[in-house]
Amino acid sequence: MVTKLKEVDVVVVGLGWTGGILSKELAEAGLKVVALERGAMRTSENDYSLPNIRDELRFAVHKDLMMNTARDTLTIRNNPSQEALPMRRLGSFLPGEVVGGAAVHWSGHTWRWTDMELKVRSMYEERYGKKFIPEGMTIQDWGVTYAELEPYYDRFEYTAAVSGKAGNLNGQIQAGGNPFEAPRKREYPLPPLTQILSGVMFSEAATNAGYHPFPRPSANASQAYTNPDGAKFGACQYCGYCQKYGCEANAKGSPHVAVIPLAMRNPNFEMRTNSWVTKILKASDGKRVTGVTYTNVLNGEEFEQPAGMVLLCAYALHNVHLLLLSGIGQPYDPETQTGVIGKNYCYQTGTGATLFFEGRRFNPFMASGGTNVTFDDFNVNWAFDRGPHAFVGAYNVSAAHNGGAPIEYRPLPRGTPQWGKAWKAARAKWYQGAMNIGASGTVMANRYNCLDLDPTYRNAFGQPLMRMTFDYTANEQAQIRHAAKVINDLAKAMNPTHLTEAAPRMSWSVVPYQSTHNTGGAIMGTNPRESAVNRYLQSWDCHNLFVFGACAFPHNSSYNPTGPVGALTYWALDAITSRYVKNPEPLVHA
Amino acid sequence: MTDQGLGRRDFLKTAVVGGAAAAATVVQEPHGALAQQPAPSPIGAPPLATYEFLNLEEAAFVEALVDHMVPADDLTPKGTDLGINVYIDRALAGAWGKGDRLYMQGPWRQGVPNQGYQLPLAPADLYRAGIAATNAHCRKTFGKAFDQIDEAQREQVLVELSEGKITFENGPPVRVFWGAVYQTVMEGMFGDPIYGGNRDKAAWRMLGFPGAIAVHREHVVKFRDKPFPNEPVSIADMS
Repeated sequence: MVTKLKEVDVVVVGLGWTGGILSKELAEAGLKVVALERGAMRTSENDYSLPNIRDELRFAVHKDLMMNTARDTLTIRNNPSQEALPMRRLGSFLPGEVVGGAAVHWSGHTWRWTDMELKVRSMYEERYGKKFIPEGMTIQDWGVTYAELEPYYDRFEYTAAVSGKAGNLNGQIQAGGNPFEAPRKREYPLPPLTQILSGVMFSEAATNAGYHPFPRPSANASQAYTNPDGAKFGACQYCGYCQKYGCEANAKGSPHVAVIPLAMRNPNFEMRTNSWVTKILKASDGKRVTGVTYTNVLNGEEFEQPAGMVLLCAYALHNVHLLLLSGIGQPYDPETQTGVIGKNYCYQTGTGATLFFEGRRFNPFMASGGTNVTFDDFNVNWAFDRGPHAFVGAYNVSAAHNGGAPIEYRPLPRGTPQWGKAWKAARAKWYQGAMNIGASGTVMANRYNCLDLDPTYRNAFGQPLMRMTFDYTANEQAQIRHAAKVINDLAKAMNPTHLTEAAPRMSWSVVPYQSTHNTGGAIMGTNPRESAVNRYLQSWDCHNLFVFGACAFPHNSSYNPTGPVGALTYWALDAITSRYVKNPEPLVHA
Repeated sequence: MTDQGLGRRDFLKTAVVGGAAAAATVVQEPHGALAQQPAPSPIGAPPLATYEFLNLEEAAFVEALVDHMVPADDLTPKGTDLGINVYIDRALAGAWGKGDRLYMQGPWRQGVPNQGYQLPLAPADLYRAGIAATNAHCRKTFGKAFDQIDEAQREQVLVELSEGKITFENGPPVRVFWGAVYQTVMEGMFGDPIYGGNRDKAAWRMLGFPGAIAVHREHVVKFRDKPFPNEPVSIADMS
């Protein structure tokens, strides 16, 4: 028995960054907004406070704030010839499951993706010719440009308390910033974080090698800050418990600090936690959606929430899952390369070296989520010629510690015994003396990397799990081999006592943590044949359905995704409030 | 408080196995101690372990394992004195051990390593099956259970477990068991003492890790490449 509730103007599915921003703004615009969040309410005062938040076992190892795979998960496989099996516990990526979503436990790295991503196909074809793009690489332009997104990147950075140093202000290169970044209109809202020893050493070595290192922009407030909406942030304490933890100091740009409390003050907004959306409901004509059904996970009661607009704001993968479960949009078929839902699923690649320096005191526990130093000479630097290296894509190189909690942080030189007195002595010696240099690389879309519904396994609601088919192609392998060589040359130049060299990542495993940067599956684009949503993230099929988050990205860059996730949300919000609300119809005519 | 379970187990082990091998690995207590209230522990002495999950054979295995992996030296006391055995027992008895957050629906296929854990076993069941299989291997090879063999033999068994050179007949894959064992030993050694291990924060002191200490904003520049004056702080210390 499903209880039908009173219709509201807007239902928001999922209350993280995108749902939080939209809830606040649309409630302020006078719309009645209901947000449905599958997780529970969590607050900084009650849940992320001292001393209990400083618990590596609970938050990092047992993943207290994250998706519960006993209830819903994905099945995974590397290629279509394999049988997909359930991801029985979290590993490679860590979606959140509380109010605030994964943006409670993220690190804060906030980048502006440039036209090198947004116009990926046209830029590569123009420079290298159509044949440079390998067969099966289904990259496509996004339908939006950097110049269009610039004001929205800016707005997100100021909302989320991003600390950084501009490298390009209105075309003028700025000392200390990233000289390869696209031009920005003004500085970051906060100065960069203080660098730690590993960042200082890396910065010096990278400069000596001719690269252009800069402090990584990150939503860790380097000073106390009040954002333009009046949300207050504390100053980052470099506590070393950032990624995988909520922030005790309210210094991390998280939606439960930056936007959700402001929505909650507005009588137009209602939040329902523990509310698991099971389906988006389509109108009989198939051109609109009428609302959603959800289950109250505290008692199993089922509800229908009718709404004038449905905004999908869950984690990228969960948005795609809901579209597939609801039969909205044509599911993608990799054999015929028709359909769009599930198309162009991408991840990231990477590699890293560990450097051991006898006598150094890195104090790895004094760190923030964003205390990294990065260089982009092989990334958004379009002058770097990919031609001789035969890969499409890019990688950034960075170093520094982000924390040293010792269950997970156990650097040891190769050949060290795994237990016993010699192990203990090495553990004591190298805990303080190790640092990492890492690369994060793009994954370009490939026809066989995709998402669909699993034929066998089901979730706690009796629905099919989503199936992920993904592996790296020769393109990513070539790219990350290049990265490994750059890292190893740089590491050797730093003359460490011991070096564990970077080795290229050749295949994707679900087991070790890599990054929570899953993209694609409900991609944006210029036409309904190739994309699920238009440039305003509006469904081509049902015009009162909008799909937010990294599922809209047609491929994945080397950067963390949250910058464009935020920018695209504000960009689409502008179109919704200025145009769609007054005239509810497709914002782009196919 | 007195630990009837441990005393009884030690008594039984001594009685059943006897001999020099047992004497070498079992803490012998005066016979009358079973019935008496123990004298108050001197400050700093570890409490006797009480177990929620491990049976006699499993407890003996885990105690021998953690003392072998983490021997006493200048850096820390031995594994049981750090409470790593207590940590493991509680972890297995608790929600995590019973499969909290683990997707436990079939069908069950082993797949390829890239697909991760695929056994129809919660961690506690995996531990139980793995200990039984390791002891069966030890009995077959050495004529005794793991806790009764000598140090060199234990070393050999752990090397073979870690390198996947032992096959558990009709049991779980040895590498999966070893992975769980190693991870829980690390958790018991380096986690917060509220979970029963890392007693007196000894493992944090060994590393120079300050634990749950909150604020380094003023330390970042001041202690760059310098030793941080470290007396670790645990969650309980701040509560």
